Amino acid sequence: MPETRRKAAVIGGNRIPFARANGAYARASNLDMLTATLDGLAARFGLAGQRLGEVAGGAVLKHSRDRDLTREAVLGSTLSPYTPAYDVQQACGTGLETVVLVANKIALGQVESGVAAGVDTASDAPVALNDDLRRVLMALNGAKTLGARIAALRGLRPGQIVPEIPRNAEPRTGLSMGEHAARTALEWQVAREEQDELTVASHRNLAAAYDRGFFDDLVTPYLGLTRDQNLRSDSSVEKLAKLKPVFGKGDDATMTAGNSTPLTDGASAVLLGSDEWATEHRLPVLAHVVDAETAAVDFVHGSDGLLTAPVYAVPRLLERNGLTLQDFDFYEIHEAFASTVLATLKAWEDPAFAKERLGLDTPLGSIDRAKLNVAGSSLATGHPFAATGGRIVATLAKLLHEKGAPARGLISICAAGGQGVVAILEAG
Amino acid sequence: MSNDTLRDLSQLGIVRRFGVPRIPLLRRYAPGQPLLDGPALVGTVGAARCAEQVRGLLKDAGVAEAGEEGKVAAAVLDATGARTLDDLAAAREFLTPAVRRLAPSGRLLVLGPEPDPADADVEAAAVAQALEGIVRSAGKEVRAGATANLLVVAPDAAADSPLRFFLSARSAYVDGQVVRIGPPAGVAGDADPSLAGRVAVVTGAARGIGAAIADTLARDGAAVVAVDVPAAGEALARVANRIGGTALQLDITAPDAADRLLAHVRDRHGHLDVVVHNAGITRDKLLANMDADRWDAVLAVNLRAQLAINDALLGADVLGDSARVVCISSTSGIAGNRGQANYAASKAGVIGMVRALAPRLAGRGATINAVAPGFIETEMTGKMPLGTREAGRRINSLRQGGLPVDVAETVAWLAQAGSGGVNGQVVRVCGQSMLGA
Repeated sequence: MPETRRKAAVIGGNRIPFARANGAYARASNLDMLTATLDGLAARFGLAGQRLGEVAGGAVLKHSRDRDLTREAVLGSTLSPYTPAYDVQQACGTGLETVVLVANKIALGQVESGVAAGVDTASDAPVALNDDLRRVLMALNGAKTLGARIAALRGLRPGQIVPEIPRNAEPRTGLSMGEHAARTALEWQVAREEQDELTVASHRNLAAAYDRGFFDDLVTPYLGLTRDQNLRSDSSVEKLAKLKPVFGKGDDATMTAGNSTPLTDGASAVLLGSDEWATEHRLPVLAHVVDAETAAVDFVHGSDGLLTAPVYAVPRLLERNGLTLQDFDFYEIHEAFASTVLATLKAWEDPAFAKERLGLDTPLGSIDRAKLNVAGSSLATGHPFAATGGRIVATLAKLLHEKGAPARGLISICAAGGQGVVAILEAG
Repeated sequence: MSNDTLRDLSQLGIVRRFGVPRIPLLRRYAPGQPLLDGPALVGTVGAARCAEQVRGLLKDAGVAEAGEEGKVAAAVLDATGARTLDDLAAAREFLTPAVRRLAPSGRLLVLGPEPDPADADVEAAAVAQALEGIVRSAGKEVRAGATANLLVVAPDAAADSPLRFFLSARSAYVDGQVVRIGPPAGVAGDADPSLAGRVAVVTGAARGIGAAIADTLARDGAAVVAVDVPAAGEALARVANRIGGTALQLDITAPDAADRLLAHVRDRHGHLDVVVHNAGITRDKLLANMDADRWDAVLAVNLRAQLAINDALLGADVLGDSARVVCISSTSGIAGNRGQANYAASKAGVIGMVRALAPRLAGRGATINAVAPGFIETEMTGKMPLGTREAGRRINSLRQGGLPVDVAETVAWLAQAGSGGVNGQVVRVCGQSMLGA
């Protein structure tokens, strides 16, 4: 085992175009999408039949049948069946967390190569049996005598026909992610107009990136879809201004279906390796994974917003690496909602918040907005929860490669459950 | 069952009793297959230059020389020494019984002299040309999937690779063709048909003929970079994974396409040995109704992109020692086609480009050739109206459409290091179609 830690290389990525829920991938399962995405990655880098160190992947909305989803996807793909795989789940942080896990194993010398992946479908969601009905059936299954079986069946009620539908809500607050974000938007006084401007920028940047062929080696079409279905290249502040708010209440409500991400289906994968492995296979090194940090906040009892954990994670990451917030050429801040990005930036600019909550003498300060999400982000692409991290890592790695060393980029992804995963990449 | 129902039905005796002729099932190549299924007949007229080479090649391939009687899998006439009408009569004397003895999927191969422009012997020039008339007529006469082709052999020609190709099942749908063979470009290549160690780029590789070319080059050992437009990426990935190659999603009409293609090949492989310009589109309209959009789109993909990539190739240091460029043309480019002025312009343009570049590439040990498919059974022809499709299929000497693999086998042959003697040629894969004959 190598004595020193090495930085894992980001070699490239692949994703399928993201589809709006009940859209182009309405009949595709997580397994279908993840398998297709791994196959696209294999085709791009000539990995068919090759054994890789590992594949880490995951999904947020999973059927019970999706046990070891990633391993099943590997078995269904052209990758060698001798490639091990495991599942990870950390809400919307899943995709980036898989990158961190594989990169760390590479850094330690435990593996030479690996794929970090994520997939989610809101169309083929795991609708389950009604919990009461499920208990009746479990009791029936365990009953040993006819009498016991009849007794178990007496528990049947008409209301049990209503299934368990997964909700986009926090188990501990009952509030949807949007309602939580609306609270944070209000707290930081994030204006409607700012949110709409950020949304338009996301759509325009994504459309421009497609037009210049940026995604030619990052995306593989799937089921007839060649670009992200949510992308509206003709989006404008005027058009967005017409939408009615969907989260928040009364005149203070600013969040609309336009400046929030829609439910989305999609999958992404990132190929990582040691520099030696990349050289040996004549593969490019787009970027290196420098470091990562995960944070969590108390949004249940404390005064933190649900999606504000990256606000805490980034200062810790910067300090450990001796960097300031301004030391970056690109910022990839996941656009769960436009207001989330803007609230995050405001928190880093706020002296009181820095002192009281982050324990810093001075705030991190502001960023050059021209460096933010320059190839579009979740507002335009859509956000298939676990697939967003892989999308961002591959996009940023390519941006860094285009700019050349010593370019550096920051990734910040907020997640449900009051968590956040952030990472630094530098040009390879 | 193939998608050629009539051919399948014509195998049945009861169907043939209604006057339907048997449409032959062609012998096609499979790895490990013998060069020929039976003995071969070799004849000469005049001071033949190649007969010994032919006999040696047949012997190495384990093909017996035919006796006085019985079917033959191939009849090879070395007429490289033919200069007089008496020689021509001698050729007839060999060919008449030979044609009668030709087995199903047999090969009639004539080697002719290359007329020397400095030679004042007019009769010799006439005789050399006369051989074309014989072979093209024979192609229309031989039956049961047999073919007839003429190789015009220059002095010191590298004839091994063409001889093998035209005798083998690889040339199943190549019929009535005249191909000139010259001295090898650069160093004499190995006659080994394997493409092992060679790196090949195939454009338009996601489906149809391009996918078959990628499959066939990979089968013969090449590392294939499969290129197609980003929108075709899903099918492209399947092709790449099937053959253990790589997929490169690239719009070849983009201004930076050639640079991106060469950078990809340089980074991933270090060298490039085979380029197959296969990507092509149609935007049919009668010339009277042709608009600029249809015109420009077809010319951009089918010709402009090839010109740009070839230009970049010649300026780059990435080409290997025995590089081979193969450009897919079309019989429409030779014969023209109603409603296809744009397409025919591009495909005829490809032929002009190939002829102009051939001498320049020869100087680097490389070659460039065009392959012109006739009616090939693809998704595209499957969507044609029945009448048009049937007409297209039957108006050739083999009375059937070719398969994508027939085009691919021809490309794979030209891609061999040993095919350096074939340069600036147009090989039609058309079953001797009456179009563009």
